[in-house]
Amino acid sequence: MTPPTPSAAAPLEVTDESVVKSPTPTTNQGSESRSPGRLAWKRFKRDRAGVISACIVLFFFVIALAAPLIAKLYGKDPYTTYASQRPELLDAFSYPAGPNGGMSSEFWFGIEPQLGRDVFTFLLYGIRTSLGIAVAATLLTALLGIVIGITAGYLGGKTDYFVGRVIDILLSFPSTLFFIAFMPVIYGLFVAPDENIPTWLRAISLIIVLAGFGWASLARLLRGQVLGLREREFVEAAKVTGASPRRIVFKELLPNLWTPIIIQSTLMLPAFVTAEAGLAFLGVGMIDPTPDWGVMIQRGAQFYTEDITFMLFPGLSMVLFVLAFNLLGDSVRDALDPKSKR
Amino acid sequence: MSNAETLLDVSGLTKHFPIKGGFPISRTVGAVRAVDGLDFQVREGESLGLVGESGCGKSTTGRLITRLLEPTGGKVVYRGQDITHAGRKALAPIRSEIQMIFQDPYASLNPRQTVGKIIAGPMEINDINPAGGRENRVRELLEIVGLSPEHFNRFPHEFSGGQRQRIGVARALALEPKLIVADEPVSALDVSIQAQVVNLLQKVQQELGIAFVFIAHDLAVVRHFSQRVAVMYLGKIMEIADRDDLYDNPRHPYTRALLSAVPEATVEDTPRERIRLVGDVPSPINPPSGCRFRTRCWKATEKCASEAPPLVQVEGNKAGHLTACHYPETDDVPSPRLTKSPRAAA
Repeated sequence: MTPPTPSAAAPLEVTDESVVKSPTPTTNQGSESRSPGRLAWKRFKRDRAGVISACIVLFFFVIALAAPLIAKLYGKDPYTTYASQRPELLDAFSYPAGPNGGMSSEFWFGIEPQLGRDVFTFLLYGIRTSLGIAVAATLLTALLGIVIGITAGYLGGKTDYFVGRVIDILLSFPSTLFFIAFMPVIYGLFVAPDENIPTWLRAISLIIVLAGFGWASLARLLRGQVLGLREREFVEAAKVTGASPRRIVFKELLPNLWTPIIIQSTLMLPAFVTAEAGLAFLGVGMIDPTPDWGVMIQRGAQFYTEDITFMLFPGLSMVLFVLAFNLLGDSVRDALDPKSKR
Repeated sequence: MSNAETLLDVSGLTKHFPIKGGFPISRTVGAVRAVDGLDFQVREGESLGLVGESGCGKSTTGRLITRLLEPTGGKVVYRGQDITHAGRKALAPIRSEIQMIFQDPYASLNPRQTVGKIIAGPMEINDINPAGGRENRVRELLEIVGLSPEHFNRFPHEFSGGQRQRIGVARALALEPKLIVADEPVSALDVSIQAQVVNLLQKVQQELGIAFVFIAHDLAVVRHFSQRVAVMYLGKIMEIADRDDLYDNPRHPYTRALLSAVPEATVEDTPRERIRLVGDVPSPINPPSGCRFRTRCWKATEKCASEAPPLVQVEGNKAGHLTACHYPETDDVPSPRLTKSPRAAA
């Protein structure tokens, strides 16, 4: 879970050719100013791969958000075992009776072997669950990383040393093993061992564990950035005018840190999606009957020799999503930090 | 000594940066004596030039006065108020009166803020609401420093180095300070731009009556700008005098050597004598005993090694012309000798 760190971004040195010809500002009075963000947006729009992957990612988020609406229009839900009402949907071995995993105009992506649930809505809701968990984990990770990283970098000294060692230790953990080991611990904190674990608790535990092990790399990156920035003269200029540490962090430092934060987060999110699916596959994350990308792949793995179609949809969609998001992350980095371009 | 009121009184100012070392438990094994006992005053509306080679503690001095650094010893008194170890809250009322202009116009402006925000920042922090609003004041300041008020909404990267330095000047002026510490404000700029910015600063100094501590290594710029000049070497003041006095009648060998190195625009028939100082500035971690300059001085004797010369008004000096030398230069003896290489004292 340590995505390639973006270069220690020299905050927006502009190497955009459209800007080089601009130092005659008096001539176009009142024209829009080119903020660093606007310039980055302009660069991003020119990146075809970035725009396409952004569209794909956006599409996934839209269908995840609109899953209940789509399911309603479509007329099915992910929990009903349609085969129990209509046994003709499955054959004698409990595999879909129709060709291609039972794909038909009624069941667009086919039906699930054995239980006979609708694959299309199951996938929609699965994406919804997985993305929800990944987004929440990313936000929490970013928050932890920002707070801890900036604190360590800005305060320096003993705090920095202590935080640095904690990060070292966290990064040296084999994270997947620790996810598996820590999930039962967190369940144990909230629920007695003989009780059922509610779904919301599973989701929250996942988010906590993912974020708990994920903040270290972002914090280390930001700490380094803050160390560089706090010696810059604009920070000294703010100090000379009597700025409070709070103001220096939020008004002077943070705006210069959004670039690495955004880049790291866009690389972190797909990593969390796969990690969450991996945990579900291993049986420590979300479990059946909660619709989830990982749960689907796990179910699919049981039948793939007989019915590959059921494995195909969650597998392909996840590959597509993760690939698109990673490409998007690259494009975002190129747009925000043009010097890092190959 | 003078009719104007003393604005800033610095006495015995020292700053030692500790050097950490040792294993396994790190401890202080030494100190970089960046500034080692400075005494000077800045009067109201006066510009004091601070010159010297690289690494002689000029910038550290500037940062000590503005209290970006904590002095190790000595006293900084601003208008009768001791600010040597004042905290952020205690400094708050004085912050608006002492401002700073920085060396690097590319690093001193936050790349994520518009010019308007940068200049309005100090007013925001100190909760100053000028009549007509902050935005109007910013536009006014932009005009004072020779930029168009239309530049209000632009970002620093849209400006050239000289323009950026003007923005830095506008920011320093925003609080209507009484004292501006200018830390090599023009050394990062193109020569043609340097003159513009120096003239701007001069205009500001004269029209608004702001006192300056002008740090530079360019003697010509200092001569143009400062009424009084202090020459620093290895964390100590070697000589301090009124501008013309210092340039026409340098008493310290180091001052003389520095002045002789200034390139001349007019070529005379008889080439001016040049003093070539041999070697580098000694390390401030372990400065020479006695006079700091003795290792490179052609006049050094035993006395210089054993006894540090005090900064006093030596014989033949005008009032206010202080020199720290046991063997001050005199006009009649053409002391700089090209033929004789400066001897390296042990």
